[in-house]
Amino acid sequence: MSDHEYTPKSKLGKWFNDRLPILTLGNHLTEYPTPKNLNYWWTFGGILTFCLITQIITGIILAMHYVAHADLAFGSVEHIMRDVNYGWLIRYVHANGASMFFLAVYIHIFRSLYYGSYKSPREVIWIIGMIIYFLMMATAFMGYVLPWGQMSFWGATVITNLFSAIPFFGEAITNWLWGGYAVDNPTLTRFFSLHYLLPFLILGLVVLHIWALHVPGNNNPIGIDIKKPSNDTVPFHPYIVIKDLFALLIFLIIFAFFVFFSPNILGHADNYIEANPMVTPAHIVPEWYLLPFYAILRSVPDKLLGVIAMFAAIFVLVILPWLDTSKVRSAVFRPIYKQFYWFLVADVLILGYMGAMPAEGTYLLIARVATAYYFIHFLFILPFLGKREKTLDIPMNITDPVLGGSAKPSMTREQKQKL
Amino acid sequence: MIKIIKTFFIILLISIISSFSNAAGKTEKPLSPGWSFKGFFGTFDRASLQRGYQVYTEVCSACHSMKYLSYRNLGEAGGPGFSKEQVKIIASQFEVTDGPNSDGDMFTRPARPSDKFVSPYPNDQAATAANGGAYPPDMSVLVKARSGGADYIYSVLVGYEDPPAEISLDDGVYYNKYMAGNKIKMSNPLSDDLVEYSDGTQATTDQMARDVVTFLAWAAEPHMETRHKTGFRAIIYLFIITILVYFAMKKIWSRVETKV
Repeated sequence: MSDHEYTPKSKLGKWFNDRLPILTLGNHLTEYPTPKNLNYWWTFGGILTFCLITQIITGIILAMHYVAHADLAFGSVEHIMRDVNYGWLIRYVHANGASMFFLAVYIHIFRSLYYGSYKSPREVIWIIGMIIYFLMMATAFMGYVLPWGQMSFWGATVITNLFSAIPFFGEAITNWLWGGYAVDNPTLTRFFSLHYLLPFLILGLVVLHIWALHVPGNNNPIGIDIKKPSNDTVPFHPYIVIKDLFALLIFLIIFAFFVFFSPNILGHADNYIEANPMVTPAHIVPEWYLLPFYAILRSVPDKLLGVIAMFAAIFVLVILPWLDTSKVRSAVFRPIYKQFYWFLVADVLILGYMGAMPAEGTYLLIARVATAYYFIHFLFILPFLGKREKTLDIPMNITDPVLGGSAKPSMTREQKQKL
Repeated sequence: MIKIIKTFFIILLISIISSFSNAAGKTEKPLSPGWSFKGFFGTFDRASLQRGYQVYTEVCSACHSMKYLSYRNLGEAGGPGFSKEQVKIIASQFEVTDGPNSDGDMFTRPARPSDKFVSPYPNDQAATAANGGAYPPDMSVLVKARSGGADYIYSVLVGYEDPPAEISLDDGVYYNKYMAGNKIKMSNPLSDDLVEYSDGTQATTDQMARDVVTFLAWAAEPHMETRHKTGFRAIIYLFIITILVYFAMKKIWSRVETKV
């Protein structure tokens, strides 16, 4: 992990560091050579860490006042909103924080897709990231159940019912998940327990994610391997720290607008109605960040196959490093991939929109086409494209194109064309 | 290949846009009378809140509970602004069951400011049974529990009219322009001069609807004024620190020949 030997200056520091090399770790983190051409899409790693910490801190405070009981949960949330000092602020930060967390994670994932950050030698970083993403979805889903509103209850009913599609054991599994024969108090208490546990698993995985990142180092917008440390890199501190901080502050301004001026716009009004097993809402919709998967689930007519398709949509991302056969990482040098990339972005947005609409008529048809395209993109277009695409010439290092020089004569031609 | 997919996406987008027009239903879009509590500096109109509380107690509270509010809330900052004495008097007009006392008996006493709003029915089932099988929803968070919020509730209150000729209604069902499905089990609750405002305001249906919706909006979000104020300060603070950090970043990165 360390590129050079580090000795603390003070005697005490040296004594301690010999026993627990935490100062060496600190030194590694500050000195960590980072490509100097990282753009703002690379600041979302830091933003996501901030989001996770914010969720954990606000969540721990909420748990001090929340009561996980089917008869009391809704009232305890109102107690937080009305009587706990700044309870409204803590709850709105936590609720909107989940949305901001997902907004950031989607940008982070799509950045990786554009610049090919998932490719060798960074497959393990990518896979850990996908596990984090999956756990985030599970955590967010269970968190949405806790206020015990109508959407909480019916969302939980719909999603847990998916497991009943499993042949032979389906019903037994759902009963086991519920702790009974329907979503009820035992379901609520176990969801609360798991909602408290999973963020700490995520935190552990984030540490592994960063550790795995620090082995090969960051990818960069032109996607080339660089010498570290060199003319192409800057130390993490202060260069990247200050840049991440700047981006985080911009992100916080948007975050604050949601929290203070439209805190409920991302939620569903029905969740302010206390859960009632006797009344089904007109449309059961998950939170916005789960909508693309919800659309995939509903676009398959068979329940079991729908569930499989939904999980496959995530699994296909896990094996992405082996589906994309192109050796060139960055879309900057892949003119055709670049277009397909934007098709995929549009496709996922369309899926998200369809997930919010009733599954009938034109909506269902569009959702089916978009689902098919999603899988075609990963399973057919990417493996094929990597073998056939004519990529552009790649510069040898970062500094030269920045300064106007070039590694190959053809580079100059490329640049002139751009000008 | 790319061209085919591009055309395919354009067709997909067109079909999405065209599906918008099909989605429009029969219910009319809610009215938007303009609220003082909307917007970045939105605050509640105290007089309107007090009148709204009067409409709630004299009209709505016959059927609708407000179980998450306490009488003390009426005197808290950012609310209707009743004085401590007024709150005590308001609370004392209601009877609550307390106990058990040292003899083990339940007893009734006048409510104190710390008590929750007294509900009109002992439980949801009683409320449902007394209202022809339709549960009158608790009004504590009603504004947040309806898409369209304050606009929607105001519209329903002023949206009663005679049903069109082709629609026949059962007994105890009323026609409302803005209600989803146009059918509502609550009869028109407001009529001109139903209440007598102590501040001399003319109690038109529209005025009462505005006042009670303002009151409900506050009840659903009692800390809204603090939220707006804190939010404004937080964002100003964030802007200033962002600008400072921006210049610090520029300064630090000036040592490298790369733009940030």
